[in-house]
Amino acid sequence: MSTQSYRLPQGGLIDRRKPLCFQFNGRRLQGYAGDTLASALLANGIHLVGRSFKYHRPRGIFSAGAEEPNALVQLETGARTEPNIRATQIELYDGLSATSQHCWPSVEHDLGAINNLLSRFLPAGFYYKTFMWPPSWWLKYEHFIRKMAGLGMSPLDPDPDCYEHCHAHCDVLVAGGGAAGLSAALAAARAGARVILADQDFRPGGSLLYETATIDDRPADQWINHTMAELASLPDVKILARSTVCGYFDHNFLTVAETVSPGNARAPRQRLWKIRARRVVLATGAIERPLVFADNDLPGIMLASAARTYVKRHAARPGKHAVIFTNNDSAYHAALDLHRAGITVAAIVDARPAAGSEVSAQAQAAGLRMIHGHAVVKAHGTKRINAVDVMRCENSVAHGAVARLACDLLCVSGGWSPVVHLFSQSKGRLRYDGNLTAFVPDVSMQNEESAGAARGIYNLADCIADGAAAGSRATAACGLNPPAALPRHPVSQPATGSVLPLWKVEAAHTCHDKSFVDLQNDVTTADLALAAREGYVSVEHLKRYTTLGMGTDQGKTSNINGLAILAEINATPIPEVGTTTFRPPYTPVTLGAIAGTEIGAHFDPLRTSAMHDWHLRAGARFINAGLWQRPRLYPRIGETEQQTINREALAVRHAVGLVDVSTLGKIDIKGRDAAEFLERVYINRWRNLAVGKARYGLMLREDGMAFDDGTTSRLGDEHYLMTTTTANAVRVMSTLEYWLQVHWCELDVRLTSVTDQWAAMALAGPESRQVLASLASADVGNDALPHMGYREMNIAGFPARVFRISFSGERAYEINVPADYGLAIWEALLAAGKFFGITPYGTEAMAVLRIEKGHAAGMELDGRTTPDDLGLEKMVAADKDCLGKRSLTRPGLIATDRRQLVGLIPVDGRTSIPRGSQLTLQPEQPLPIPMIGHVTSTCYSPTLEHPIALALLSTGRARIGERIHALSPLTGSRVEVEVTPPIFFDSEGKRLRG
Amino acid sequence: MMLIQCPHCGARDVSEFTYGGPADVARPADPLATSDAQWADYVYMRDNPRGPHDELWQHSAGCRRWIAVRRNTLTHELIATAEPGKLPPR
Repeated sequence: MSTQSYRLPQGGLIDRRKPLCFQFNGRRLQGYAGDTLASALLANGIHLVGRSFKYHRPRGIFSAGAEEPNALVQLETGARTEPNIRATQIELYDGLSATSQHCWPSVEHDLGAINNLLSRFLPAGFYYKTFMWPPSWWLKYEHFIRKMAGLGMSPLDPDPDCYEHCHAHCDVLVAGGGAAGLSAALAAARAGARVILADQDFRPGGSLLYETATIDDRPADQWINHTMAELASLPDVKILARSTVCGYFDHNFLTVAETVSPGNARAPRQRLWKIRARRVVLATGAIERPLVFADNDLPGIMLASAARTYVKRHAARPGKHAVIFTNNDSAYHAALDLHRAGITVAAIVDARPAAGSEVSAQAQAAGLRMIHGHAVVKAHGTKRINAVDVMRCENSVAHGAVARLACDLLCVSGGWSPVVHLFSQSKGRLRYDGNLTAFVPDVSMQNEESAGAARGIYNLADCIADGAAAGSRATAACGLNPPAALPRHPVSQPATGSVLPLWKVEAAHTCHDKSFVDLQNDVTTADLALAAREGYVSVEHLKRYTTLGMGTDQGKTSNINGLAILAEINATPIPEVGTTTFRPPYTPVTLGAIAGTEIGAHFDPLRTSAMHDWHLRAGARFINAGLWQRPRLYPRIGETEQQTINREALAVRHAVGLVDVSTLGKIDIKGRDAAEFLERVYINRWRNLAVGKARYGLMLREDGMAFDDGTTSRLGDEHYLMTTTTANAVRVMSTLEYWLQVHWCELDVRLTSVTDQWAAMALAGPESRQVLASLASADVGNDALPHMGYREMNIAGFPARVFRISFSGERAYEINVPADYGLAIWEALLAAGKFFGITPYGTEAMAVLRIEKGHAAGMELDGRTTPDDLGLEKMVAADKDCLGKRSLTRPGLIATDRRQLVGLIPVDGRTSIPRGSQLTLQPEQPLPIPMIGHVTSTCYSPTLEHPIALALLSTGRARIGERIHALSPLTGSRVEVEVTPPIFFDSEGKRLRG
Repeated sequence: MMLIQCPHCGARDVSEFTYGGPADVARPADPLATSDAQWADYVYMRDNPRGPHDELWQHSAGCRRWIAVRRNTLTHELIATAEPGKLPPR
């Protein structure tokens, strides 16, 4: 066990009474509660954490937060493993195990590092240039590239954890729990607003967690505790820690990804909050920028604020001998904090020509060496920095003598960039502030405002005041009355001076070294220059060509430097270069959190009929039809599927079968104008339909294409029941509502969907009447209930609607009963039919029966067929208008070569015709072969004892009797077929009428 | 995730609604008297404006009414809503 030799003897917001054991790359190490993985590694003297994306260069811990580009680890193993997790945000827990990723055999000795030597051959866009020829080799290259470049490994096993979603509403959502966020939340909550405060850290406080200054004469961390305690005591305040506001969407809808309980396998791993806020305060803070110089990626180089965090918050020493390199005053605070913690500060290298601010005077008083007008031009070391070269520097160009300073830590600060990601996601417009050298929020597009460092206010006292003012305004915007005067919080923080733009440092002797702009994606200044030379001058193009900012960190530390360097190259002002688009999520969100509980059986709602349990008991195999589960077939032991289908279909043809058709859409239509409504909706006549009769109807879209079909029955004078196909039930209902509500408001018609209220089954076959008669309370003879007749009666004592409708082509009765009686009647019919060999049948046999009868179904009603194509042109009533009728005479719809519904049989009488086969006259022709149609439905007909198919064939009706070819490239088959009429069986319909 | 003010149900998530195209497309009074071009214009041609747009949304997981919504297509600002068969007042 390691001794935490880099742990400071005292201080820090860690609990030294709670040591935690963890493993990194197999090494057993120790940290404390309150550590992140990064701080615990540093406390153990470990800087080398990973290898870089492209060149496999050694990389260390660069930041202390969400912006981390380098220290990405593979967390845990097996099914729970997670790749690319920022060590800087992993809250240490007992038993944690993490490994370096993207290195082999180890992070210390990585063979992939040869890429660094080959880097001359791997410029920006190298894969576009190198791996394109010959084109057919791309798949081989891709495999190789994916292996060489990349990040961690995805888990291969199903995720054993659970995730959940939470919905919430609030008056004020505060994103970020730093100084501005805490005071905004407090101001809003004190005024009585419902407040949600979300902070990405496991310990809210933001930069206050390392702040030296006092607030209200208290140390900053005590001020945090005091504020948090007051927030917790107020009603209607919810504080979400470990919660990143990751997306800002329309109308103040925000998503928050919460890590619920790290290391606790019994709690949900993550929770995705979906919050609708009346007002949002974005107190997301600012991110410190790196400085760009030769070999600026070595382990031991980190942001000055990060070094400060590790020293002050975690009591971990990131080094013993530090150099500070800065272009602004904030790094002086870091220098002072490091100095006070006993770390030697060898020098503060400041690119600005002269000192002057209060904080630099403090540094001077502390005896720190300051080198003004100079820059670090190069870092030395292999797996850890050991020295820096310092030169005089003016306008980003270094010259003069090179001084070498030994160090094991280089703290850099290139100024600060407000975290404007959420603001930009909300569609707000940014403005470039030359004094701050940063983009700041300008024009809001939603009900939000930014506060504190998120809008470029870096002074602590101003941040707190700005947050309070924003919280107060947010409360007022919600209609509450905040107090007029806000309390002041005196802060003991020295004033700071200005920032000098320094986007990169150039020196003659380092021109062949790499200066990294984007550490995660290994994008260098040379790559940006190359891209610009090759014409990629738009920032969006530059980004895609060089991959600048396209890593999992979305360029949080690289974007501003990158576009400023592009601006320099193009000699354009930075505002004109603009930024790339900020897209959600702010930090990666795991797919598990996005899916929540909507996985497996809960992915979709499941609809089952009233007879579903019977189907299960009968061993049915099911098919999903939309959300419905329908029995496909009921196999007997030892049967092949084809044998089952044949047996079920033949039972209907020769005896009697029973099929569950509850899934058909059922729409109850009532009102004075119901008949007129049907006339407008369907192509055929409805006024003359008598009470107690059913009729087949076809409805079109306005473009003239068949939309849906089904039978509609007249139950009473002003009462109809429409049935729709299973697939279109929802769409038909919605469409009928559309026409009634939007266009035909004058019609007195009421629609009610009753699909779920009625169980439906079809009793079909020559013996169906016998079976029904034995249970029915009414006469079901051919006179009392002829084909297309309808009667109400009791069946086995249950009230039922019986429709003499046939889809199978046999004598058949469609029986609708209130859903609760469905199972009872189903079982009663099976019992009554036992003597006749009644056979339950599924959708497969039903399809066979309908193909034998040439009924068009979903495959034929594909949105491209007209009534004429389907052979239903005679249905179109001449003397009325209806939806889509006008389109039927448009030129495209009366073209003579349209594809028409026909039947096909194999010439050899036995070869099956694959569905989707293309029809052609010239199968021998070189590709592309001219096609004249396609096969829509196909089956083996047990009645005819040979395969049959339905097809849509150009000028098909004129081709009846011709022999053509059906080609299926998918199955590699070619079948010679004869074109027939689409009805294969009982074309006069004697069986269904008898 | 837009918030749509349903005249019947109040403000509801867009996920409860189904989009239904422009709200100001009138069906010709006598379709059979239209020319091919006029009919094609009605069936197929739709404006795609940048800015305020009157459009239909069905509150399909709510009251099932086809309401008219005036929405800024650029900013997604919802300006007004109206009962089925009517347009929001200008």
